[in-house]
Amino acid sequence: MSVSTLAPAPIASPHAHGGNTVSRTMFRVQMALVPATLYGFWLFGWPAFFLWALTILSCLGFEALSLKLMGSTRIKGTLFDGSAMLTGWLLAMTLPPWAPWWVAVVGGFIAIVIGKQVFGGVGQNVFNPAMVARVALLVSFPVPLTLWVAPLPAAGVAGPDFIHGLQVLLGNQSIPDAMTSASLLGYTKTEMTRGVDLAHSLAGNHGALFSWVGTRAGSLGESASLLILAGGIYMLFAGIITWHTPLAVLAGLAIPAAIGHAVDPAHYLSVSAHLLSGAAMLGAFFIATDYVTSPNTGKGQIVFGLGIGLLTWIIRTWGGYPEGMAFAVLLMNALTPVIDRFIKPRILGRDRRGKPLDIPEKQGA
Amino acid sequence: MSDNYGSIMKEGLWGQNVVFAQLLAMCPTMAVTTSGTNGLGMGLATTAVLVVSNILVSAIRHTVSSQVRIPVFVVLIATLVTIVDMAMNAWLHDLYKVLGLFIALIVVNCAILGRAEAFAVKNGVVASAVDGLAMGLGFTGALTVIGLIREFLGAGTLFAQASNLLGPAFAFLEMKVPGYGGALLMILPPGGFAILGFLLAGKRILDQRMEAKAAEAVGCAVHAAT
Repeated sequence: MSVSTLAPAPIASPHAHGGNTVSRTMFRVQMALVPATLYGFWLFGWPAFFLWALTILSCLGFEALSLKLMGSTRIKGTLFDGSAMLTGWLLAMTLPPWAPWWVAVVGGFIAIVIGKQVFGGVGQNVFNPAMVARVALLVSFPVPLTLWVAPLPAAGVAGPDFIHGLQVLLGNQSIPDAMTSASLLGYTKTEMTRGVDLAHSLAGNHGALFSWVGTRAGSLGESASLLILAGGIYMLFAGIITWHTPLAVLAGLAIPAAIGHAVDPAHYLSVSAHLLSGAAMLGAFFIATDYVTSPNTGKGQIVFGLGIGLLTWIIRTWGGYPEGMAFAVLLMNALTPVIDRFIKPRILGRDRRGKPLDIPEKQGA
Repeated sequence: MSDNYGSIMKEGLWGQNVVFAQLLAMCPTMAVTTSGTNGLGMGLATTAVLVVSNILVSAIRHTVSSQVRIPVFVVLIATLVTIVDMAMNAWLHDLYKVLGLFIALIVVNCAILGRAEAFAVKNGVVASAVDGLAMGLGFTGALTVIGLIREFLGAGTLFAQASNLLGPAFAFLEMKVPGYGGALLMILPPGGFAILGFLLAGKRILDQRMEAKAAEAVGCAVHAAT
């Protein structure tokens, strides 16, 4: 059992409870995700909703199963603290909206069992569970995980009704070719390998402007970058996250993108394309800011975020996969203990090196 | 200890299993177990080396001084591995093409020198042979189980190309799950570590249950006696 389960009431004074709980924070993060999720449902129809629901259900199911196997005495409390639900939600945001059911179930298993409970449950995991599942799924099943559908309103096709949506989820119905589409990053990567440079490949309707509106192919979390950004700004003002990580991630991505684009616009995507495509917004505000897997100090979070942004840009530009946010987050998760070792918070009453502060005694006492 | 062949076998196969208890020989375990056939072939080759090296080390244990024993053991093991390597290249060429690199690396397999140091130098020839056989079979079993699970999850087959190793008579072992493409990750190293982790956890649980049962039985016996 983990040592850090709910501590007894604080013994030494003065301590006051801020009133915040794990479930309250998790609930507010989920509220921040609602607009983008609803927008995604409108874009991609019933299959997207079913996949989202099934991903969350399978995460909760595997959480309950793990807790039972470990002989936990407070299964209900842990199950409904919202952490497993948030993991499932975030995972669903990164999956292709029309993926078959087994992607959701396998993803839930990897995220909760291998990504989280094996390390000891909530607060103990080294890697972001949703990203572990995302990467494992992408490496394991490259074809279903890169099969994107065009957004229904833009494609001018009537979306599948309830029953057909279920059939898409069950994988009975193959996605018609007319509806498949590539995300911006995937499209430019494919064109680049064919020798078509950006100036030509982007001449069509794949322009970066589409990103702002959000009617484009992609996962729930990458179509509506603007709504994700709005959710992130809400979390900033609600005090759930601090500015350090998101700003550093976006800066780490934007700065090399700006330099690259300025040097050779035909081979390096523009800053706006980088910031508004793929998981950049979702990663910066919702994934990288995970309390458990990011450094403790503001300075540490800046280093962490810059690393994620830079690695994402490197993978997107020169790597084999079109999107690198998940890989970048996992790599920097692995570095988090190192960052925390070198950038420590100052202890109260001591200087940065840990020596007691030289406070002069009050005279004439 | 050295006279009780039953307990030596039991330790080698389960209690002190090279992979699941001692966590030795992780390099071949991770690298080779992408399929059940590969695991089985590697395990059998290692078993052959292990039995003969244990016998030889045990036989010369009184004539070699302790200062030079390690180089002598390594020369012995290297010779044996070279023989196995050449034999596999000659008679099991298809399997050799898959395992080739790792066969040569049996020389540095810590399990072999480990058994020479931990057992063969202290025990008689027959006991050492039994120990080598038990450890080798335990290693083979572990590699085959990990290989089968990884192969099944990762490629949807079981014992693919088993006839290359065991002869055409064993072609019936080869199975394929229709319509399953496989999760590539399981063939890659992370899948190997994940499977090994789950198997280790399973063995620990089994051991705990057996211990609890044994303790209960002893408790009952004591209770009945008093």
